[in-house]
Amino acid sequence: MVAATSGFDVAVIGAGIVGCAIARRFAIDGARVVILERGHDVLDGASKGNSAILHTGFDAPAGSLELDCIRAGHAEYLQIHQRMNLPLDRAGALVLAWDEEQQTALPALMAQARANGVTDIQPMERADLLQAEPHLAPEIRAGFRVPGEALIDPWSAAHAYLYQAIAHGAELRCRAEVTSARRLADRWDLHSGAGQVQAGLVVNAAGLWGDHVQRLLTGESWFQIRPRKGQFVVFDKPAAALARHILLPVPTAVTKGVVVCRTVYGNLLVGPTAEEQDDPDCATLVPETLDALRQTGIRILPALAGQEITAAYAGLRPATDEKGYRIRADLSQGLVTVGGIRSTGLSAALGIASHVAALAGGQSARQPQHWPQMPVLAEGGARDWRAPGNQGLVCHCEKVSRREIEAALTAPAPANSLGGLKRRTRVTMGRCQGFYCSAELARMTEGRFTQPLTGGGGDAG
Amino acid sequence: MQADVAIIGAGPAGLAAATVLARLGFTQVVVIEREAQPGGIPRHCGHSPFGMREFRRVLRGPAYADRLAAAARAVGVRIMCDTTATALLPGPVLELSTPAGIAQLAARAVLLATGTRESSRIQRMIGGQKPGGILTLGALQGMVHLNGQRPFSRPVVLGTELVSFSALLTCRQAGIHPVAMVEPGCNVIARGPSWALPRLLGVPLMMQSRITEILGRDRVEAVQIVGPDGTRRIATDGVLLTGAFRSEAGLLAMAGIAMDPDTTGPVIDSFGRLDQPGYFAAGNLLRPVETAGACWAEGQRAAEAIAAYLSGALPDREQGAELQIVGDAIRYALPQIILPARPGWHDRVQLRLARAARGELRLTQMGRIIARRRINARPERRITLSLPAGVTAAPLVLTLDERG
Repeated sequence: MVAATSGFDVAVIGAGIVGCAIARRFAIDGARVVILERGHDVLDGASKGNSAILHTGFDAPAGSLELDCIRAGHAEYLQIHQRMNLPLDRAGALVLAWDEEQQTALPALMAQARANGVTDIQPMERADLLQAEPHLAPEIRAGFRVPGEALIDPWSAAHAYLYQAIAHGAELRCRAEVTSARRLADRWDLHSGAGQVQAGLVVNAAGLWGDHVQRLLTGESWFQIRPRKGQFVVFDKPAAALARHILLPVPTAVTKGVVVCRTVYGNLLVGPTAEEQDDPDCATLVPETLDALRQTGIRILPALAGQEITAAYAGLRPATDEKGYRIRADLSQGLVTVGGIRSTGLSAALGIASHVAALAGGQSARQPQHWPQMPVLAEGGARDWRAPGNQGLVCHCEKVSRREIEAALTAPAPANSLGGLKRRTRVTMGRCQGFYCSAELARMTEGRFTQPLTGGGGDAG
Repeated sequence: MQADVAIIGAGPAGLAAATVLARLGFTQVVVIEREAQPGGIPRHCGHSPFGMREFRRVLRGPAYADRLAAAARAVGVRIMCDTTATALLPGPVLELSTPAGIAQLAARAVLLATGTRESSRIQRMIGGQKPGGILTLGALQGMVHLNGQRPFSRPVVLGTELVSFSALLTCRQAGIHPVAMVEPGCNVIARGPSWALPRLLGVPLMMQSRITEILGRDRVEAVQIVGPDGTRRIATDGVLLTGAFRSEAGLLAMAGIAMDPDTTGPVIDSFGRLDQPGYFAAGNLLRPVETAGACWAEGQRAAEAIAAYLSGALPDREQGAELQIVGDAIRYALPQIILPARPGWHDRVQLRLARAARGELRLTQMGRIIARRRINARPERRITLSLPAGVTAAPLVLTLDERG
């Protein structure tokens, strides 16, 4: 096991999108940062399943911290994405009203968008909508366009933040669940599955385990995580041609509702559901729900009826007993808590990071010295399979080259599990779901994962 | 790059077609293969019998694959391995991904012979968590036969097709002990003596049972099975999905080629022609699933059809009669567009049943029965119906009269 280490300025607990962004900010600002992740690999919790949209914040609660963080995060993503090869598909969103009640709600939503600083929205009549989206069901009544909503890659964004943090000296430890914590005079003493760590400031970004970690640190938690499950279905690539925009429903008080949108990888996804549950560790797929999602998709885009489903996934968002973000700093305790970051975490992560850095004592927001280059995974981008020296394709559905897999296995934070490798390269995520490439992947990754593909080595009897 | 005929897929169908085309005098026949070795699925099948029809002897899969490739090379066929077709373009032109980057290959005709694969977990709509240890048999065979690995030690096997029983043999060879074999239907799908295999190997066979939920965070820990006796939870460390084959047709779907939802493959006419000029298809891409020998024969017929096409001797596809299936007993039938039959091409309708059924199979045109056949068959059995001469362009209706 790793020996005891002292001398970190900041320990970030949780390597989800928010933890990675916070580690990046502190590391760029010159702090010595360690990131403690309980999973085999980064993004193994709430961040692994979301709708991959970069939101403008047009429908966020007015005057909220969430809105500020979304707007700041969105703006910073636009500034930095090209420097790190991160994709940005400026699809724009359409908010769609399918019945009279929803249509009545549109003016208030547009007013809220403008009040939130999203002033470029455009009201659209039925005919405009059908022209903009020829495959939309003819029952559509009205809506409005939000040009600034965009599609991004949720995983390469987080990896880019993490790699940049590492390039600035941060250290990642996986399988490092924090098991006990002690407050010393001027620092924290943390024990984890990957050794002991001492740090001046602890940032609790533990997502679905945020309240648990809070109790571990301070003996109690002022917020309670109430996991909200979201299931998604992913249609095969030919379906992506059916939608140009991100198709949003009129939101309700509880949820943003079921979205239909392309992905940057060239699929089409429908989801999420919003299902309350107690277990923060188990997101199950329910066939009846997936079928209902498929039917919802078909009601919006009737041509989806003839399209195949490639995959389905379920994510948990770390909702809490209140709607807003639960971010609080207690500097006398050396603790910043970042809880309750739900669906908007992907859009807001960079904004949250700046906010946390300011709360922690206002270090100057320095410019990065290093810009890691992320592999291009977006459909239509300069993918490796087009380039010389790619060493041949391993996954043919998603056109993943042997060179890309090797790169993910030797990255600054190398893939430690099949899930981690999928998120870094897209292997096995296509229509055959590993029928073809699993054997080659098992061969290439043998002895290189902490969570190996071949788990049947020992005779379980 | 330029070729007379480009063939995608170096399995039995593609290699047979290439060999015949070269023998017919085409000097530039190129076979595109995404794997490092030609041969297709037989390469992964450590068992016999292969080659009875083709070489008049019994071979194991890898040896059979080698002989097919050697026969093609002997007549001048060029096999490009480690090369993936990434797009089908008009022309026909193929976009290829090679280790040296992308390339284009123009051809006078293209034969698609990309074969088949098993349905994934999501295509079977099995609920639950997504732990490691859920594999198709194709993936398992690669791990066991090519890598010598063992991904689980006591899985639940889903399916009772012919391949499901060969899955039991693969497991046995790798020291894997399945804890149950699960079949949703009332009957074992495969024919013949394979039924006895689960009992011989001590694997309980659970009929009329479905896997409804997979449980486990990192690794499979249990499955929930709903059967005649209610709901049971079985501890296991893997789920092996067998059979439920479907065409490897993603490339075609992206090119906008007309597909048949029943076969999961492309819509073909009697000559194996697709709805985009210059494109043909053969082998298990056409439907799930036939033997290597049947695919080999189909590849040979496709070669003859392509040769006729290149000499301008094929009738227009538009003159064909559309084949319609009525009723729920017939799962699929092909070719979907029927032209006046000629010897050596698709001169019969091939079909499979959706369930075990008996009765009279009838092909009707304009209210007149033009072909009939009595059958008593299970879904696994290959059924053909000979086409009479003089089929016209009016729609053809295929039915099974279960009273007959």
